[in-house]
Amino acid sequence: MASPSDLAVSEMDFDTVPERSWVDKIKDTARKKPLGAVSACAVLVMILLAAFANVITFYDPVQNAFDSMHVAPSVTHWFGTDQFGRDIFTRIVFGARTALFVGFSASILGSTAGLILGVGSAYFGGRFDLIFQRFMDIFISFPLIIMALSVVSIFGTGTQNVIFAITIPLIPRCARVVRSSALSIREIPYVDAARALGFAHVRIISRHMIPNVMAPYLIMLTSFLGQAILLEASLSYLGLGVQEPTAAWGLMLQGGAEEYAESAPWIPVFPGLAITAAVFAFNLFGDAVRDTLDPRLRSE
Amino acid sequence: MSALLEIEDLRTHFFTTAGVVKAVNGISYDVQKGETVAIVGESGCGKSVSALSVLGLIPNPPGRIVGGAIRFLGDDLIKLDDLQIRNIRGRQIGMIFQEPMTSLNPVLTIGLQLTETMEHHLGMDRADAEKKAVEYLRLVGISEPERRIRQYPHHLSGGMRQRVMIAMALCCEPKLIIADEPTTALDVTIQAQILELMKNLTKRMGVALIIITHNLGVVARYADRVNVMYAGKIIERGLAADIYREPRHPYTLGLLSSVPRLDQPRQKRLDPIDGQPPDLTRLGAGCSFLPRCKFAVDKCASEIPPLETVGNGHLSACWEKENLEMVKG
Repeated sequence: MASPSDLAVSEMDFDTVPERSWVDKIKDTARKKPLGAVSACAVLVMILLAAFANVITFYDPVQNAFDSMHVAPSVTHWFGTDQFGRDIFTRIVFGARTALFVGFSASILGSTAGLILGVGSAYFGGRFDLIFQRFMDIFISFPLIIMALSVVSIFGTGTQNVIFAITIPLIPRCARVVRSSALSIREIPYVDAARALGFAHVRIISRHMIPNVMAPYLIMLTSFLGQAILLEASLSYLGLGVQEPTAAWGLMLQGGAEEYAESAPWIPVFPGLAITAAVFAFNLFGDAVRDTLDPRLRSE
Repeated sequence: MSALLEIEDLRTHFFTTAGVVKAVNGISYDVQKGETVAIVGESGCGKSVSALSVLGLIPNPPGRIVGGAIRFLGDDLIKLDDLQIRNIRGRQIGMIFQEPMTSLNPVLTIGLQLTETMEHHLGMDRADAEKKAVEYLRLVGISEPERRIRQYPHHLSGGMRQRVMIAMALCCEPKLIIADEPTTALDVTIQAQILELMKNLTKRMGVALIIITHNLGVVARYADRVNVMYAGKIIERGLAADIYREPRHPYTLGLLSSVPRLDQPRQKRLDPIDGQPPDLTRLGAGCSFLPRCKFAVDKCASEIPPLETVGNGHLSACWEKENLEMVKG
C-alpha cells in the first residue's frame, strides 16, 4: 500500500517530469494506433519510392522498347511490360512521383488557402463573412471531380494545371471547417486582448488565430491527400490530367484497361492496385491524424 | 492642468433586432495623471462598454459610438483612424481583462506574448525585449521569471496569469491602464494581492488606472475617485471616502446597505435593492432608477435629474439628493 508521502505530489514534481524521447512517443502512438502506424509506414514507403525512383528502377519510364511488348510479369520485369514495352514496375514507381507531387502540392495549397480564407472570414465576420461563405457554398455544391474538370477545361491539361484544378475545389472545403473552429476562437478574450494591445488585423490572424486552428487544418490537409491523388488519377484517366509519356497511374490504367484487360491483365491491374493502395494508405493516415489531433473524435 | 483622459457625453449604442440598446447613454468623466478612478455598477449598466469605447474595441456591428468625445492627451480617440488608434492601444493605454484564464493565447509562451508587445510598440529587438520581460515578470511578483517566460499559459494559475496580464499592460509604460473587473475571476485572497500590486505599481510608475468593478470593497480601498453608473449613465461621482460616508444617490445608498460592513453592527440585516435594472432598449422619460427607488417624488417620472454638485467634488444625479437620510440600522 502506498504511504501518504508517496501520494503527495508537490509542484516541483510536475515541473521536473522528464521529457520522453521521441522514439518512445512514436512507439507509444504505434501501439495505440496500429492501423495508423501501418498507413504511416505505407505513406513513408511511397514517399521513399518517389524520391529515389531512379535508384530503385532499372528501366527508362518513358522510352519505348518495341522488342519487349506485353511481357508478362517475370524476374526481369516484375510487373510485366505495357503495350510500348515499358517496364510497368518502373512506371509505377515513377508514377508515385507524379501522384505524390500533385497530391501534396494540391492539398497543401488548397488547405493553406482555405486556412487563410477561413480564419479571415471568421475574424472579420459580419457581412463580409456572410457573403464570402455564400461564395464558398457555391463552390462546395459542385462535386470535386466536376469542379476539377471545369477548371481543366478552362486552363488546359498538364501537371501544373492539374494541381491548380485539384486545389480549387479543395479550398472551400477546408475554409469551411477552419472557419467554424476559428469562429469559436474569435470569441475567446485573448483575441480582444491582442486587439487591445494594438496589433494589426494581419498580425492577430497570423500569430494569434492561425496557430490555434492548426489541428483542423492538419486534419483537412491529410484527408485531402488521398482525395487529391484519386482526383489526379481520375483526371489522367479521362485524358484531362497529366499527359503521355509522363508516368501517371491514371494514365497507365486508361491505356491498359480498354484494350488489354483480358489479353494482358497486368497492364491495368498493377496501376489500379497502386491507386487503391495509395488512396487507402493516405485515408487511413488521415484518419489516424484526425484521431490523434481531435480529442473529441477519439473512439475510446 | 488638463486631464489625461476626458470623456464627454459619450454615447455608445447597440443596434439590435430587439431595438437600440443604449448601453452608454451620455456619460462624462475625467481621469487625471496618476490617479485611480473606479467605475462601479451592476452587470449590464454599461461600465465595460464605456471602457471598451475608449480603446475603440466596441464590436461593430452591432455597437457604435453615436456621440460624444474621448479626449486623451488632447486627441479625440473617436476621430482617430485605425492605425492611429492601434498606436494608442497597448502603447499609451493598456488594458487588463476580466478573465485571466482566457486572455492569454494558449499556444504562445508567456515570454513571446510579452516580447511581442514590446517589439511591436517600442521597436525593441528580441533579446532586449526578453530581458525586459523578465524584469517585468519579477516586478509583478512572479518567481523564477527566467523559467516562466519559456512556459505556456496553462502552466500558470489564474492569479499568476493575471500578474502576467498586468506585466503585459505595464511593459510599454502606458499612461493609463484600464482594468475591466480584473479580480472577478480570482479567489478572494488573490484578489487582494492583485489589487495591491496594481495599486502599488501604478503609483510607482505614475500610471493612471481605471478600475471597473461591481465590488464596493475594491472601490473603498483602492480608488481615489468613484463614478457610480446605473443604466448607462453616471449617477454619482466623488471621492471614494465621501461616497462611502455620505452617499447622495438612492442607488449608491442601496448598494452600500446591501453589502456587509465592518463599521456596522454585526447583527444588522443586509438590505438588498428590490427589482431589476431597467431594459436599456426602453428607457422612459424620467429617472431610470425610479421603479426601484424609495425616495421617489413626482418629478422623478417626468424629468431626468442632471448630475449636479452637492459638495466638494461630489456630484449626484438625483432630485432628492439633499434629502437623503442614511438609513442606519
